[in-house]
Parts: sequence; C-alpha cells; structure tokens
Amino acid sequence: MELNSRIPDGPIEKKWDKHKFDLKLVNPANKRKYKVLVVGSGLAGGAAAASLAELGYEVECFCYQDSPRRAHSIAAQGGINAAKNYHNDGDSVRRLFYDTVKGGDFRAREANVHRLAEVSNNIIDQCVAQGVPFAREYGGLLDNRSFGGAQVSRTFYARGQTGQQLLLGAYQALERQIGLGTVKMFSRHEMQELIVVDGVAKGIVTRDMVTGEIKSHLADAVCLATGGYGNTMYLATYAKGCNGTAIWRAHKKGAAFANPCFTQIHPTCIPVTGDHQSKLTLMSESLRNDGRIWVPKKKEDCGKPASQIAEEDRDYYLERKYPSYGNLAPRDIASRAAKQVCDDGRGIGETGLGVYLDFEAAISRLGANKIEEKYGNLFEMYERITDDNPYKTPMRIFPATHYTMGGLWVDYNLMSTVPGLFVLGEANFSDHGANRLGASALMQGLADGYFVIPYTIGGYLAGIKPGTRIKADDPAVKAAEQTTSERVQKLFAINGKETPTHFHRELGKVMWEFCGMGRNEAGLKKALQRIPEIREEFWKNLRIPGSGDEVNQSLELAGRVADFLEIGELMCLDALERRESCGGHFREEWQTEEGEALRDDENFCHVAAWEHKGEGQAPVRHVEPLAFENVHLATRSYK
Amino acid sequence: MSKHLNLTLHVWRQKNAKCDGKFVEYPAADISPDMSFLEMLDVVNEGLIRKGEEPITFDHDCREGICGQCGMVINGRPHGPKERTTTCQLHMRSFKDGDSITLEPWRAEAFPVLKDLMVDRGAFDRIIASGGFISAPTGSPQDANALPIPKENADLAMDAAACIGCAACVAACPNASAMLFVSAKISQLALLPQGQPERYIRVRDMVAQMDAEEFGTCTNHGECETACPKGIKMENIARMNRDFIKASLTYRPATGGGGVG
Repeated sequence: MELNSRIPDGPIEKKWDKHKFDLKLVNPANKRKYKVLVVGSGLAGGAAAASLAELGYEVECFCYQDSPRRAHSIAAQGGINAAKNYHNDGDSVRRLFYDTVKGGDFRAREANVHRLAEVSNNIIDQCVAQGVPFAREYGGLLDNRSFGGAQVSRTFYARGQTGQQLLLGAYQALERQIGLGTVKMFSRHEMQELIVVDGVAKGIVTRDMVTGEIKSHLADAVCLATGGYGNTMYLATYAKGCNGTAIWRAHKKGAAFANPCFTQIHPTCIPVTGDHQSKLTLMSESLRNDGRIWVPKKKEDCGKPASQIAEEDRDYYLERKYPSYGNLAPRDIASRAAKQVCDDGRGIGETGLGVYLDFEAAISRLGANKIEEKYGNLFEMYERITDDNPYKTPMRIFPATHYTMGGLWVDYNLMSTVPGLFVLGEANFSDHGANRLGASALMQGLADGYFVIPYTIGGYLAGIKPGTRIKADDPAVKAAEQTTSERVQKLFAINGKETPTHFHRELGKVMWEFCGMGRNEAGLKKALQRIPEIREEFWKNLRIPGSGDEVNQSLELAGRVADFLEIGELMCLDALERRESCGGHFREEWQTEEGEALRDDENFCHVAAWEHKGEGQAPVRHVEPLAFENVHLATRSYK
Repeated sequence: MSKHLNLTLHVWRQKNAKCDGKFVEYPAADISPDMSFLEMLDVVNEGLIRKGEEPITFDHDCREGICGQCGMVINGRPHGPKERTTTCQLHMRSFKDGDSITLEPWRAEAFPVLKDLMVDRGAFDRIIASGGFISAPTGSPQDANALPIPKENADLAMDAAACIGCAACVAACPNASAMLFVSAKISQLALLPQGQPERYIRVRDMVAQMDAEEFGTCTNHGECETACPKGIKMENIARMNRDFIKASLTYRPATGGGGVG
C-alpha cells in the first residue's frame, strides 16, 4: 500500500491556491453526467451534498436518522473558530494554523491544517449569508469568545447551540437542492458495503431501515462523512446512533485507517450515575471561561458539601499547574489532570469520579444575570439531568469520550487509499493530530464540505470519462448485495440469549479501562486478549427478535456493535504500537517527571495507517512521515 | 440513593403503517429515579429481547435534547409532564412509585406511524425544501461583518431558530397544525436582513406546502407553545400570518429572464 499525501509544492501559504489552479476542471455541461454519493448529512456531508449539487453534479445523500437535520453535529455547543481577528487581539491565519498544529501535539499534516485556517474565514461569511444567527454585540457586529487552548478570541457562537445553527444552515442549503431535484435524499438508510471495482470506489449498498430493502447505488465517486467511532467506548457524548460501520466496511475494502488510537476525552461532561447509563452529556468547554475547576485538597473533605469546604482547602489544580492557561488548558491536559486528582482519591460525588466546576466567583464578579445570558441554556440542561442548581452549587463534571481524531487516511484531496472514495469531517484523520482544540471540529467539517471537496472532487472526476459508471448487473454489485444479506441472516441465525447492548457495554468497559485516558503495555495486551473473547461470545450468544424486512432497531444495533468489536481491537493495537505519549494518547510509560506527555519525535513523528489484510489476518501498519517545516517541533507547554 | 420505582406502562404497539395498533401493558420494575425516561425504556426493552419478544420501537438519537428525533406522548402530553423538556431529557424522578404511564406516538394525519412509537415526519423536511432557506450558494459572500445586524433582531431570530423540529407542537394541537414549526423558520429568516429578498415568496411557498401535507389550521388553542420543549412562542405565528397576508395581496408572478446577449 502506497501512502502518497499529494501535498503540493511551494511555500505553505501558497499551496492551496496553487493546487486549486492545478486541479483540472469539469466542463459545466458535463457536471450533470457525474453522480456523487454522500453518506452522512452532518456539517461535512450536508455541506458537501449541497455544494456539489449547486455546482451541477447529480447527488444522492444518505443518513440513518429520520431527517438530515438530526446529524450529531447538531449537538456541538460551544462554537466555531475563524481567524478573522475582529477583536484586534493578534489573530491571523498563521496563528490559527500554529495553534492547531501545536494543539494537535505535532501529529497533524501541516499543509492540511494551513488550508483549514485559510478557509476558516470563508466559513463564517458563508454561514452568515445563509442566515445563521450568530451572537452579536450591540453595535450589530459579530461577537467572539475565547476557547480552550487559544489566547485570542476567535470563536464565533450562537448561544450554546452553535452546532445546531450551523447544521441547520447546511441542512437548509441541502433541502433547497432537494427541492430543486438536484439531490436525492435517502433518510433512514444505512450504508452496509462499499462497492469496489478494480480497486476503485463505484457505489454503496444500503439497507432501508423501514422496509429492510437492500439496494445498490452506483456512482462516479463516493464521499463518506459519517462522523467518528467514539461510541466504541459505549459511554460517550455521541448520539446513540453514531457508528463506525461505514468507515469500517470501507476499511475492509481497502481504505487505510489512520491513527485509530487518537481519541479525545473531553474534560467537562456530566458524571455517570449508574449501570443504566446509556450516554454521557457534555457541558460546553466555553464554561471554562468563567468556571473554576477544583477538588478538595484533603481526601477527608471529599464527602462534604462544596459549601463547607473553605477556600484555602480547595485545590484549583489547573490554575496551579498551568498558570498561563489555567482553566482554559487544552482538553487532553485538562482531562488527564482530572483523572490524576481522582486517582489521588480527591474526586467528588458518590462515585469519587468527579471534579467541581464552580461559578461562584464569576457570579459575584459579573452577576447571575450576565452568567445566565452567557450560559443559561447549559445551566438549565445541567439542572434537568442532575437536579442540582449550578447557580447555587458547583457543577460536578468528569471526562468522557467525545471525538475521534483518527479515521480513514486521506491525501491532500481528501481521497482515501481507494481511488474514488473521499472521506470528510470527523470520519477522516487529517487535521487535528493527536488532540483537537475546542471549536475546531465545526470548522473542519464545514471546511471539508463547503470549501475543499467541491474543488478536489472535480480534479478526480475530470479524469473519468462521463457515462462509464458500472451497471447494476456487475458481479461486484451482486457480490456486495449478497454479503449484506448474508450478514443479516447470520446475525438472526445466532439465536442466543443476550442483547446487542450487553456486548456493547462489555466492550465499552474494556476500552475505557485500557484504552481511555491512560494506556500502558500490560493493559493494552489484556484488552487485545479480552476483545476477541467478547466478539466470539457475541457471535455465539446474540439474540435479535423480529425480522429483517421491517423496522428492527436491535438488528441495526447488532450490525454496528459487530463493527465496534473489530474497531476496538484496532484502536488498542494502534495504541500499543505507538510507543510514545502525544495529545490524547497517553502511554503511562512515556511521561515527564511532572506527569506530562512525552513524545518520541525520533521514532513516532508519523501517521500510522493500518491496512486490512482479510478476516483473521493481522492488519499491517504503514507509516506516513510528518515534516514540520513551519511550526517547529517543540514540547507543548501551557504552563 | 433514592428509592427505586415500580411502574406500569401502557404502550402503543403497531407493527407497521398498514396494521392496526393496540395498547399493551408492561411492568417497569426497579427503576432508578436518576434514569432518563428513555433509559427506563431501554431497561424494559432489554428484558423483552431476553424473553425473545420484540422491543418497543421509538425514535431517539442525541439524548441531550437537541436533535429533535425523540418524542412520544406521555400520559396525554407530548414529551411528558415537565415543561421545556424533550422526552430524552425527562428523568424518572418526575414520576412516583406505582404510577401508570401511557405511551403513544405523535398522532397526526401527516405523520404515519412506522412502528410502535415511531412516526414519519418527512412532511417537515418537505416544508423546509419548499422555501425554508436563504438562497446563498457556497462561494465567496461578503465579509460577515459587512452587514451589521441589531443585537435585538439577532436574538429574536435565534429564539425562533432554536426549534428542533421534533413536532411536539403538531402532536399537541387539536387540529394537528404545524404552524408553530413553520412560523419559527419564517420568523427567523424574516427577522434578518439576509432573509429579505425571498421573504414573501418564502412564506407563500412554505404555507402552500404545509397545506398540501394536510396539517390542520391554527385556531389559537396555544397547546403548541405549552408543549414546545424549546420555548418557541406563538408570536411567530402572528409574524407569519402578517407576512402571508401581505404576500398574498402583493403577489405577482415572476417575470421571465432577460435572454442571452
């Protein structure tokens, strides 16, 4: 397998401009002769489907939800970054690029990150033109706030619902195209297989989640924008339906999977209450602008109500350890620090797995009204879930799985190792390295969908003769359909005793314990032994009632859990082989005396991309070296 | 730990859009008050699957009150007893030990039941496709700050834009009217300068599609506003009606293009 990143020549500031000019164009009259499939309708998929249809391509778009407006991008609360420098505080494309490379702990591709920073400003312009109601100041201009890991105010927001508003903007653009007949939308459809002919992506097989119909869709190019695979951990801030099925099945058809162990554990989520827990809820990182994080200094104080712990007995550990960034330290660092104080026996709440996020100081400084204006909906949400009033008692928070920086490997054109298969948004690996900064996911999803793929896919399609799509009777199509129906039959045939959720929960426990915030060789080896056992049990003892030719949520979940049981194994293998600590990947064997991540740039300054070699065969690890010519390799310091 | 609850559920079971449905009784035993409502249903469903019975089908996704995919009528109220709370954000501490709970799907002509508590809300997407957007193709619009928008307008637009499209308003309305949903989108875009060029054609097209989907009309019951988990106000309906009347009186068919030079 060859990993050619196709990074254009020239100085970093000129690469994207030069590349856009070098890409071949498709004649406007020919565009309608090309069909593109977009799987996923979130920020990346929705934006791509709308933009490609506007250009004139024939587009089909798929989502598992009942409407494209439900995609989980909708749940992003805090904001979206852009290098507008509206606040005159020293921001620039260069600085956004620099912060993102550094925030990713030097494991992202410089050229991709620079392009992301360049188009960040276009995104804000585009969204405002669509009617996205960003927060404004009294003068009518856009408001900004600062966000984790940045020292400038470059985050645009719409109350605590930025993801919702950006997604609805993309959704409305998509619906406009659906109304014009240029996009055909398939809601409640789940991709089951990628159709590959002579090594080139030519279509997908879907299952209609209402009728159970298994059908092929043939095209000239396929875009996967199906989000991350963080639900491998079972408990996560993802929507319940988020899954890794599309990218995993594409991986099995030849798409390399890059850096699968790079997962983000978000520091501010509502702690677990019991075994019934089905998901975890994030509290926006923006709360760290005004909230102060602390635990008691003394273990014996942990059982007391927060109000009875004197100021001098509180340990504001982020402010203590990272005086210049304080409570705004990047996510990986803030999460690990929370784990350390809880491991130390100073965690709060019934389980001892929690820390306080306290607004008392901000409320006395700014007044409760100002705090309500900024975070009212988040406070309400917290109270609804926990029955605690955060205006009166500090919030209790704990880290939870939130995002996957890893994903399918893509080149500069966002094309995977399977020609014709493009991967956008969280589903690819490209821009966040080993740790994503706050408010960068929305930026990347929309950058890929609105401003990258419309150019790069043209370059690919220009090289294909129009009208050369494969036909429905192609053997590859029949084979992919057959694989899909056989998988469904196989799942029903097990006829065991346990539910799909049971196996998912078991997997999640293993992943969180051994491949979560702290990882080590012994633990990962144990996980690599345990996961195949759970998988074997799954294929022996799963039970799915009902049939495959109707709505069957147990069948849907079983298919996804079967894939999580394989993805989890690759995550652990990748974590084992990356013998260094970087960003969210913390190998306990590699840390400084102060407990900070210790990178090994000599041996691991690269992307690890895994190749699937067939069922029961060990995957092969390939390497794409990373060069840092503009932001020089240095130990991250937020002190 | 607070005391666990034992409840009786009366659940609407319906195999598909063609079959008739009926209520079936299920016990929900040993339920923690910290569970969300959907986690309680998960527990019941796990038990059903283990017995080889089909679990209760219900729509859900984000489980944090923002995607709008969940929703069922709980004891006669869409999304249940707690104000401004989606079904997924409702917690079992809102119920008492020994309670009977009746669960039904959204009931409306425009939303066929697909299975049990799951309905087809495709009509909402078709209404948005008919005009619920600003035509701003991806490209290079002017700088975002070139168009100042008074904070008050931006805030009012955001109030309307907070709609999650769950359709509780339709389920709550005795007429199964969709006017709260439709007017929220019309208001958001009409309050912003970017939305002005298409303001009157938008309201005409969206109202026409709403009628074509066979939603009822508004007779000012106000049930929609009470049921709305996001606090969308009826003032949006007033705005929509005003715009619709103006649009109807001033409508002229579009004139042809200028031809090619």
